[in-house]
Amino acid sequence: MNKVVDHISDALKGIEDGMTIMLGGFGLCGIPENSIKELVKMGTKNLTCISNNAGVDDYGLGLLLQRKQIKKMISSYVGENEEFERQMLSGELEVDLIPQGSLAERCRAGGAGIPAFFTPAGYGTEVAEGKEVRVFNGKPHILESALTADFAIVKAWKGDTEGNLVFKATAMNFNPMMAMAGKITVAEVEELVPAGSLDPNFIHTPGIFVQRIFKGAVFEKRIEQRTVRKRA
Amino acid sequence: MALDKIGIAKRIAQELQDGWYVNLGIGIPTLVANYVPEGMTVEFQSENGVLGMGPFPFEGEEDADLINAGKQTITVNPGASFFDSATSFAMIRGQHVQLTVLGAMEVSEHGDIANWKIPGKMVKGMGGAMDLVASAENIIVAMMHSNKAGESKILPACTLPLTGVGCVKKVVTELAVLEIKNGAFHLIERAPGVTVEEIIAKTAGKLVVPAFVPEMVL
Repeated sequence: MNKVVDHISDALKGIEDGMTIMLGGFGLCGIPENSIKELVKMGTKNLTCISNNAGVDDYGLGLLLQRKQIKKMISSYVGENEEFERQMLSGELEVDLIPQGSLAERCRAGGAGIPAFFTPAGYGTEVAEGKEVRVFNGKPHILESALTADFAIVKAWKGDTEGNLVFKATAMNFNPMMAMAGKITVAEVEELVPAGSLDPNFIHTPGIFVQRIFKGAVFEKRIEQRTVRKRA
Repeated sequence: MALDKIGIAKRIAQELQDGWYVNLGIGIPTLVANYVPEGMTVEFQSENGVLGMGPFPFEGEEDADLINAGKQTITVNPGASFFDSATSFAMIRGQHVQLTVLGAMEVSEHGDIANWKIPGKMVKGMGGAMDLVASAENIIVAMMHSNKAGESKILPACTLPLTGVGCVKKVVTELAVLEIKNGAFHLIERAPGVTVEEIIAKTAGKLVVPAFVPEMVL
């Protein structure tokens, strides 16, 4: 099944004001940067964005925050973004902070048809407020529900025309679970290859989870914390 | 004399055991990787999806696709692996990772920890900390004994929003190694030249002090 769309505007067609969108990435690593720029161009508003982080002030999801296109963020860590902190503390932006492992598992569950699960993470904290607690093996756990989205936008290293995806290094992060949890999943890839070019033994995300795939025009791949050591 | 950050990291490195998988948090914990005892094999996990983290890359060899949970560019050792975030937290929740080292704003005598939020002032989020502290068998906190205002961070009860309850087993500060059990901090070791009196004065939580408190050997 050919999932290729030639133009980015076709890839994101159907994203409307008020929708819930998942975006892969950890920090700026493995984010669908071309699609985020396209969302800026589209001007879509009142979005609920599910993404581990919120970008930095002038890159990644920070671009959508600057233009007030996001109504609500569902994330685990948002510490790198001053505009985010300002909007949150002033009440302009709704924020749901979730433990990172619970966020990952909630996306996985959403894509896997598991409506909810129990986890020890967050028990006894604000995160547990209003949630069912049950004891398993003598240890309290809280009930967390699955997450799904109208659109999931992921970034992969390589993808084929069938939508099979391969991620590179730690740019994988949330992308595979989010790919599973989108009603429509869009993949932007660095290399788009014909079906049969990728070894089926080494596919990370099978094409069944991907509805649209396109080759990103530019991958800036900004580094947040460039740390190096001197050569001896 | 009180330890510096490197001293704290060196002391925590003495807690490592051969064959352990270890998750290091941001800040002082990251430094622990530099002081793995000679002849010991320890694999470092970073929750953004890598096992077998190596040193920072040489200048010019940074890869934007290869970072740790602190978003720093890293390298990997031979035998490393990459995985998605759900698999990463399966390793953590499933107790396949033997030790977690992380920083804290406050720790209580019951082993509660607060490190993610100061209401009205700072909200960065918990990241993976809540998952880590809820599941790890061994949790060591690396922190300073007091805050910038000179108030003890080693408390009867945390005042800030909690990250986890009853989970911290050991605390290493610039002054002391403390073990938490039976609702109290137990003074195990003191930093070289630091007196027991100073530690008592700077510890707000219940502190059990044995007759003899050895100095750390670093």
